[in-house]
Amino acid sequence: MEYERDFLRHLYRRMVTIRLFEEKVGELFLGGEIPGFVHLYVGEEAIAVGVCAALTDKDYITSTHRGHGHCIAKGAQIGPMMAEIFGKKPGYCKGKGGSMHIADFSVGMLGANGVVGGGYNLAVGAALAAQMRKSGEVAVCFFGDGASNRGTFHEGVNMAAAWKLPAIFVNENNQWASTTPYRTTNNIEDIADRAKGYGIPGVVVDGNDVFAVIEVAKAAVARAREGLGPTLIEAKTYRIKGHFVGDPEKYRTKEEVQKHFTANDPIKNFAQKVIGAGWLKQADLDAIHAEAAREIEQAVAAARQAPYPDDSELYADLYVEGVS
Amino acid sequence: MREITFSEATLEAMAEEMARDERVFVMGEDIARQGGIFGQFKGLPQQFGLDRVRDTPISETAIVGAGVGAALAGMRPVVDMHFADFITVCMDEVVNQMAKIRYMFGGQCTMPLVLRAPDGIIRSAAAQHSQSLEAWFVHVPGLKVVIPSNPADAKGLLKAAIRSDDPVLYFEHKALFPTKGPVPDGDHLTPIGKAAVVRPGRDLTVISYSMTMHRALEAAETLAGQGIDAEIIDLRTISPIDIDTIYASLAKTHRLLIVHEAVKAGGVGAEIAARVAEEAFDLLDAPIARIGAPFVPIPFSPALEKLVKTTAGDIVRAAQQLCR
Repeated sequence: MEYERDFLRHLYRRMVTIRLFEEKVGELFLGGEIPGFVHLYVGEEAIAVGVCAALTDKDYITSTHRGHGHCIAKGAQIGPMMAEIFGKKPGYCKGKGGSMHIADFSVGMLGANGVVGGGYNLAVGAALAAQMRKSGEVAVCFFGDGASNRGTFHEGVNMAAAWKLPAIFVNENNQWASTTPYRTTNNIEDIADRAKGYGIPGVVVDGNDVFAVIEVAKAAVARAREGLGPTLIEAKTYRIKGHFVGDPEKYRTKEEVQKHFTANDPIKNFAQKVIGAGWLKQADLDAIHAEAAREIEQAVAAARQAPYPDDSELYADLYVEGVS
Repeated sequence: MREITFSEATLEAMAEEMARDERVFVMGEDIARQGGIFGQFKGLPQQFGLDRVRDTPISETAIVGAGVGAALAGMRPVVDMHFADFITVCMDEVVNQMAKIRYMFGGQCTMPLVLRAPDGIIRSAAAQHSQSLEAWFVHVPGLKVVIPSNPADAKGLLKAAIRSDDPVLYFEHKALFPTKGPVPDGDHLTPIGKAAVVRPGRDLTVISYSMTMHRALEAAETLAGQGIDAEIIDLRTISPIDIDTIYASLAKTHRLLIVHEAVKAGGVGAEIAARVAEEAFDLLDAPIARIGAPFVPIPFSPALEKLVKTTAGDIVRAAQQLCR
């Protein structure tokens, strides 16, 4: 498969932006500058970027508590994301959501979700809206292996399958449901096998290979747009960081994590492939990396300077129609 | 004025709003092919098709969750809970998603979603099909809660709820469906957040809503024969509560009795009593009285079920006590 150079640059830019953003957020959190909790997407960048590369701005996604990567991949801006994570007024949600509740409706990002498994049915509903008005959008639900054990998985996937909705369920199997290893809570190796039970395609893909992800996502999007219904994609990956920043990670060894990261870093995989194939040069990648780093530094500086929401904002946006 | 049943009134509201706005649709269990267990959807599928009047799987989290997702994607869904008791199955979707999404995302979206919930005691339906759970939702910021007692308000509040850009829980007492009452012709809307003084009086204020409203009106007739002139307020909306109408009445009567079918402990009456005690104690000439169900699940046996239902006699006795 051949790809346009601009497209390759775009993929790298988004993946590197996610990586650098997450590393920076982790550092700021440990430095005490960020309130709440943050869950990082390091090592899983190829999934969000690969899937969103098959979507348009009009298509919808629903996300998870580990949602920064999905936001960036769908085209959300770094500045208001960082401000939101700081709890500041120029944030996407005016500081009322925080890391676990970033949304950008202007690019079809219907929100991260603090409830594990809370996103399935929102995506199903967005897909239902698209089907009813015949407007052609698809809706993607990202979810983890932990979320795959929520009952909402069954209710959402079944409804989407029964109604042939343009929904795509993208499982990010990073092997860890918080502190619990995948195989201790599931009796099957592949979550994608469950697709059979709903009469829809189930596909396993290497989640650390952005090109492989793009191809399965394109097929799922084409199927959804043709009115043939949902696809369940299981992208195999590994959670490089703890469940949250500050997680003591007593449930696994540093060596295990390092082994995975060294052997299968999606960004390194990408660089090796594009340089090896002669599609891009190291200098191209370095320039993109520097540009992304600059953008993040600017976002951090702006977020630090930005004001917190005024006290008068407390009740704003609770209701559209006034309640005294 | 013409008289129609409560059920017919809700049906008119649905048909008028669906004809007025093609983004309005309704989904739930057994609403299309069966017409709803109380006939409250009869004829709608013939008029609007099975796409817009949709039988769903028995999947409450998907029904409400997809309603939320469809609303985020620009539709104006009405979802039917079959029995209000089943809201318990999808509390995450109602409390964490539907109620919070607009606020949590800083006002980026609206949530024009109506959740219809047939509640209350009917024909020994027993513990899991008879509850009045409305008070739970008064405790959740972001929701609006309406609860009509008669066909005119059933129509007017349902139409207002469908036109609202805020999420509305619409409780409709199952035993009220066949009851008849006058309903104005034309585009009849009842404002959300406004109580109605349905019987003016000077000796005490009786506040109620839904089924027990009728017991309160019966009691008022009996009391009138005994020289006690009760002012009866139909709350109609319980979140937000129309406190101004309550205070205006108390300024006249100085005595307050609150009546509902729901369990007395932690009920809407408790909230009103607390607010009046905090904010308008000086208006009172007697302690506040409340009538609600005893603290038990609704029993099956007719012999026991009748012990948890409020009667007009209960209200008469409480009013006599207050006016001694």
